[in-house]
Amino acid sequence: MESMASLTEDSATAGEEQGGVRRRDFINVAAASFAGVGAVSIALPLINQMNPSADVLAEASTEIDLAAIQPGQTIKTIFRKQPLFVRHLTPAEVASAEKVDLGELRDPQSLEQRTKAGKKQWLVTMGVCTHLGCVPLGAGEGEVKGEFGGYFCPCHGSSYDTAARIRKGPAPKNLEVPPYEFTSDTAIKVG
Amino acid sequence: MSFPWANEYKPSNPFMRYLDEKLPLPRFVYNAVGAGYPVPRNLNYFWNFGVLAGVALMVQIVSGIILAMHFAAESTVAFASVEHIMRDVNAGWFIRYAHMNGASMFFIVVYIHIFRGLFYGSYKPPREMVWHLGLVIFLLMMATAFMGYVLPWGQMSFWGAKVITGLFGALPVIGTPIQTWLLGGFAPDNAALNRFFSLHYLLPFVILGVIILHIWALHIPGSSNPTGVEVKDEQDTVPFHPYYTAKDGVGVAVFFLVFAGLLFFAPNFLGEPDNYVQANPLATPANIVPEWYFWPFYAILRAFTVDFLFIPAKLLGVLAMFAAILLLFFLPWLDTSAVRSGHYRPLFRKFFWFGLIPTIAILGYCGGSHATDGIVLISQIASAYYFAHFLIILPIIARVETPKPLPTSITEAVLGHAPGATLQPAE
Repeated sequence: MESMASLTEDSATAGEEQGGVRRRDFINVAAASFAGVGAVSIALPLINQMNPSADVLAEASTEIDLAAIQPGQTIKTIFRKQPLFVRHLTPAEVASAEKVDLGELRDPQSLEQRTKAGKKQWLVTMGVCTHLGCVPLGAGEGEVKGEFGGYFCPCHGSSYDTAARIRKGPAPKNLEVPPYEFTSDTAIKVG
Repeated sequence: MSFPWANEYKPSNPFMRYLDEKLPLPRFVYNAVGAGYPVPRNLNYFWNFGVLAGVALMVQIVSGIILAMHFAAESTVAFASVEHIMRDVNAGWFIRYAHMNGASMFFIVVYIHIFRGLFYGSYKPPREMVWHLGLVIFLLMMATAFMGYVLPWGQMSFWGAKVITGLFGALPVIGTPIQTWLLGGFAPDNAALNRFFSLHYLLPFVILGVIILHIWALHIPGSSNPTGVEVKDEQDTVPFHPYYTAKDGVGVAVFFLVFAGLLFFAPNFLGEPDNYVQANPLATPANIVPEWYFWPFYAILRAFTVDFLFIPAKLLGVLAMFAAILLLFFLPWLDTSAVRSGHYRPLFRKFFWFGLIPTIAILGYCGGSHATDGIVLISQIASAYYFAHFLIILPIIARVETPKPLPTSITEAVLGHAPGATLQPAE
């Protein structure tokens, strides 16, 4: 009750008119709102300028020739300034990937879902561990491929299989498959 | 600080009371630009320009910090990186045009602020320290603007840097070594560009610091006013907030209208097309002029064409140009009239409006024009008047002038002698 009393007293001193609303309050609210809209409309471009600029976005697609990649071999290249793995799977690696029961997987996806139709020997993934962004080993000649024969991240021990699916370790997701398409039988365009 | 009747900060919210005990920053703001700062009740719109200058500085700092995120201070890519800002960066054109035209807006506002001080005698005691700190800010602004103009590494940037550092080369014996030291080379190049970028980023914050001193020094005697009569009692003042926050708000709105008009409809109106050509050390542009806000000083520089005694013309021009500003530091002692405001000084007012102002306008026109014989002759006459105005005319006026009678108080100037005139709160 005490607080009620002080509240009515406050509003009585704040305004002479009924309900404690003064005509001047309208001017104050209108002016502050107008200034607020102006401030927001200036803030938007000032925030947007930190997004990727047109020249960065223009770099966001890359073409790769697959002709020279032998079965069992992986090349590392760059897509959007990040490593991209292009792997030519051997028939044994394809078979080992297909044999896995999807129910066991943390991020269930079949090899077919992760490759293009009729091209399942071509596994194209980002070389960015889905845990905290390190580059997994296994792409280079003689690098550790981990216990599932795919990739192994040296930072925190995530192991990926021959379809680059997460099998063990802290990473939550399979290695990301970027958007790409075959421009011919032996060439792809990523992005 | 300030007057005994100033409102006292009394926070009602318990958190604000706690904060007031631990870190009385809200109290500081309240006393500086809030209801705790009593201001003469008769200020006209010329008193908006201090706040506007602060707004302009903030625009420059914000847009400048953003530009620095995208600019590369390296002589082979600086020009390209500015074009990258203009074409590729999201809203980059807007931010760069805001910074370019913001510099012009800053100078327009500061020049009006200075003219306000000159006309209303704001430089006179007890506010001479405010005036001196203001001149320091002005000098820092000129240095900052000059170094900023070099950064896009266009033709005007390069030749501006060469000519302005060449001014120091006019000094006898030590001149050439100083110029080489300033540039870090024999002509503007990567070393100069890098140090100018570093200092261009630093100096605005130095300006901000001196502005705090400027306001601090101002708040000791309190703001002057159009009558030049000092505040005598509480009747003469109103609290800064809400009275002058509202009045300044109107000025800020007009400022942004003009700024937006310039930025969106004529962004290159005040610039030089030659600065969209990359710096070329082998070819000087046909007509090299500085930005408009340096034109009057540039005209004084070029007005000296003959050697005097043992002093070469080149050195005379440089000395005169610097003297044109340094002279203003002595103004509180050159104008000895006890009456502050130009309103009550008929003779002073004539020389101000028909002498000083046209002279500066003519110098500005000459500084922006091609240096033909006629232009140089006009510059010489105008330069002579400029110095004569401050060194000869003002001291004489102060002695011979009969000022008009001053009102006994600010309140009387506002309300007149009407017997029933009393103060009513604006509601």
